[in-house]
This record gives sequence, C-alpha cells and structure tokens, in this order.
Amino acid sequence: MLHSSLADIISSCGLFSVSFGNALMWIIGGTLIYLAIARKFEPLLLLPIGFGIILANLPFADLMKPGEGLLWRFYHYGIQWEVIPPLIFLGLGALTDFGPLLSRPSLIFLGAGAQVGVYITFFFAKLMGFSLAEAAAIGIIGGADGPTTIYVTSKLAPHLLGSCAVSAYSYMALVPVIQPPVIKLLTTKEERKIVMKKSRKVSRIERILFPLLATLVVVLLFPPSAPLMAMFMLGNLFRESGVVERLSSAAQNELMNIVTIFLGISVGATMNAETFLRPQVLMIFFLGLFAFASSTATGVLVAKIMNLFLKEKINPMIGAAGVSAVPMSARVVHQLGQEENRQNYLLMHAMGPNIAGVIGTIVAAAIFIGVLK
Amino acid sequence: MGCKVLAPMVGKIVKVKVKVGDKVERDQEIFVMESMKLESSVFSPCSGTIKEIKVSEGDRIEEDDLLAIIE
Repeated sequence: MLHSSLADIISSCGLFSVSFGNALMWIIGGTLIYLAIARKFEPLLLLPIGFGIILANLPFADLMKPGEGLLWRFYHYGIQWEVIPPLIFLGLGALTDFGPLLSRPSLIFLGAGAQVGVYITFFFAKLMGFSLAEAAAIGIIGGADGPTTIYVTSKLAPHLLGSCAVSAYSYMALVPVIQPPVIKLLTTKEERKIVMKKSRKVSRIERILFPLLATLVVVLLFPPSAPLMAMFMLGNLFRESGVVERLSSAAQNELMNIVTIFLGISVGATMNAETFLRPQVLMIFFLGLFAFASSTATGVLVAKIMNLFLKEKINPMIGAAGVSAVPMSARVVHQLGQEENRQNYLLMHAMGPNIAGVIGTIVAAAIFIGVLK
Repeated sequence: MGCKVLAPMVGKIVKVKVKVGDKVERDQEIFVMESMKLESSVFSPCSGTIKEIKVSEGDRIEEDDLLAIIE
C-alpha cells in the first residue's frame, strides 16, 4: 500500500521525467535570460521569452496543455486570437513621430526597398525545402519587426513561432553588428560623406491627416494589413490629435508594457523540446541573418538608384534604415555618417526610411497573408 | 573667425561638455543631446574659444536653435 503510493508520487513528480531535450531547452532559455540581463539584448522581450522557454519544458506542469494550461491561455487568447500584436502597434503608433517621413515623402521608397530582402529570403527558404507558408514567416524576419513577424508566423506557420520570433528579436539586438559591414561594402567613402539638406517643417494638419489617409490608402490596397495598420494609425492619431494625451500615454506606456509581458511569455512557451530542437531551426536562424543582411543591402541599393534621378543626392546609407528596427538602424546610419564627417547629422534623415520601413513590413506581411492564407 | 553652434536636430540637451572660456577644436564634442530617444553628440563646427553657452542641461531644443557662440 505504502509502497505503491510512494511509487505514484515519484512517477507523478516531474523531476524524474526531465528529458535531455528539456534540459537543453532550459539552457537555451537561460542563455536568453543571460543575454537580456548581462548584454541588454532586447531585455523587454528576451527576458520573458527565456523564462517562458524554461516553463514550457517542465514535465507534467502542463502550462501549455490546450484548453487548460495558464500559458496556453495567454498564447491562445493573446496570439492565436491576434489580439496582442495589434495592441503593440497601437502603442508604437502613439510613440512614432512621422515628421521625418512627411517632410520628405519620397523616402517611402527606401522603406519599400528594404522589403526586397524579405522576398529574396522567402525564395531562398523555399529553395531550401520550407513550405511557402513557412518561407513567408522566415522571410518576414528581414523586415526586422518583432510584432509583425509574430503576427505573420502565428497565422501562416504557428509551429515556427518561437524560432522566428527569437531570431527576429536577437538579430534586432545585433543591428549595430550586422548592418555596418553590409553598408560599407555597398557604399563608397564619398557617398557616406554626403551631407543632406535640412528637411522642411511639417505642419500640424499634415500630421493629423497622415494617419487617416495612410489607413485609407494602405488598407484599401492591402486589406489583410487592416488589423496592424488600423491600430498603428489609431495610436498615431491619439498622439498627433493633441487632445487625448491620456489615451496616447496609456497606449505607449501601460498598455504596451502589459501586452509585452504576455507576448514574451507566450512566445517563449511555444518553444518546447519536441518542436524546437530540430535541424530546421538552425536553418531559420541562418536565413534570419541572411534576411537582415539582404534587406539592409536592398535598402542601400534602392537609395543609390534614387540618387541616379535626384538632383540633390541623398546619403545612400539611409536606405539601410528602411528595415523597421526603429530607432536602432537610424542610429547605426547616423554613427557611420559621423565616422566620415563629424558635421553630418543623419539621424533625422534616417528616421524617415526607418518608420516607412515599419509600414513597408506591414504591407509585405499583408501580401504574404493575402496570397498564402 | 569663429562660428555659431546651431542645434542639428530637435531634441533635448543631456550634457554640456564645455564651459565659457574653454578652447575647442573643430569636431570636438561639445554637447550630448537626445533626439528620438537616442543620445548623440554635437561636434564643434570650428576651432576657437567658447564665448557664450545659450543652453543648459535638460533644455528642450528645436532644430537651428542657437546653442553656443565660438570666437
């Protein structure tokens, strides 16, 4: 009697059921926590993701058991129901100053140019044996936009959610390492020295009209962009209207922080040993890096093409900021500019393509979803 | 010689790295400013002596605001 109940206790105890894969996942989760704390790699996301990975690999804890587990509920109602990524965009909209883009609208081409890397990676991933839906999720990593990557992956290839999200956020933290060599390879010293003319002032009415018109144009042209675009522009309208300071502040602070918690922990929780420890995950990380580098490259190349037609040359480096890693890649461009000429302040010029890139990535995502869903 | 130091972009002065009477070289860092939530340096556009500093730490600045005069 005593014997068998003791055996029951032991067999229901998770400790003796830890697999090698579980332990390996703990190490991966621990590594992300370490990178978040010690190296400040995207800590707001990699810290909860790291902990979520550990939690998802505790035998019998059943935190991800469909219909029951706590983390499964966060994941199901937050990500599968597509609630969290649009809410993040509401906050991003309230945080984003579209002024640099409005003062020089032609920069929208650079935001589009950097998305070419997304499609190049998409074709490479397909060639390497991924399905079309999987290849789209991997390609979108090159947009360098976390919530969009999560949105697309959860719709098209949910089994890759963890690896695509971690790949996107890790490389975003590495933007200052990945981008400079690509930019330098594709530009001459003379080009990097180009000082750009001051941009014009943007009026309040333009700032208020922008979110309204952008919503109409982008959603009518690319209907699957509606959830992300609608929230992004609503947040921006809160900001620019100047009459709902409380809503704008709630969207970019409290609400954004709350949903970030549930986003991180849910993404981490999808990474259990059975789905994550596969050779294809290494390929996703490799392709994700390739996606970042090729988006940077196509952004720069489009800027160089634009220069063929422009009377007043733009500094082609700002094309690299067409990936949507805001504001890191604008900062990278600014610093590279100052390496060549200290009197060159490219930050604001690079912010234009940078925020255009966010919209560009939403559009790229909408095209994938529209075609593949 | 001499020149005016104008704000290169909108933002906030985080640190003033020189004081009145200091000798500065062209391309020497004289202010640290914050713009778009990023810190960046404002470098002196010429060599000379700081005659006047028009801003202090924490001030909000608009593009082209006068920050300092160098002689």
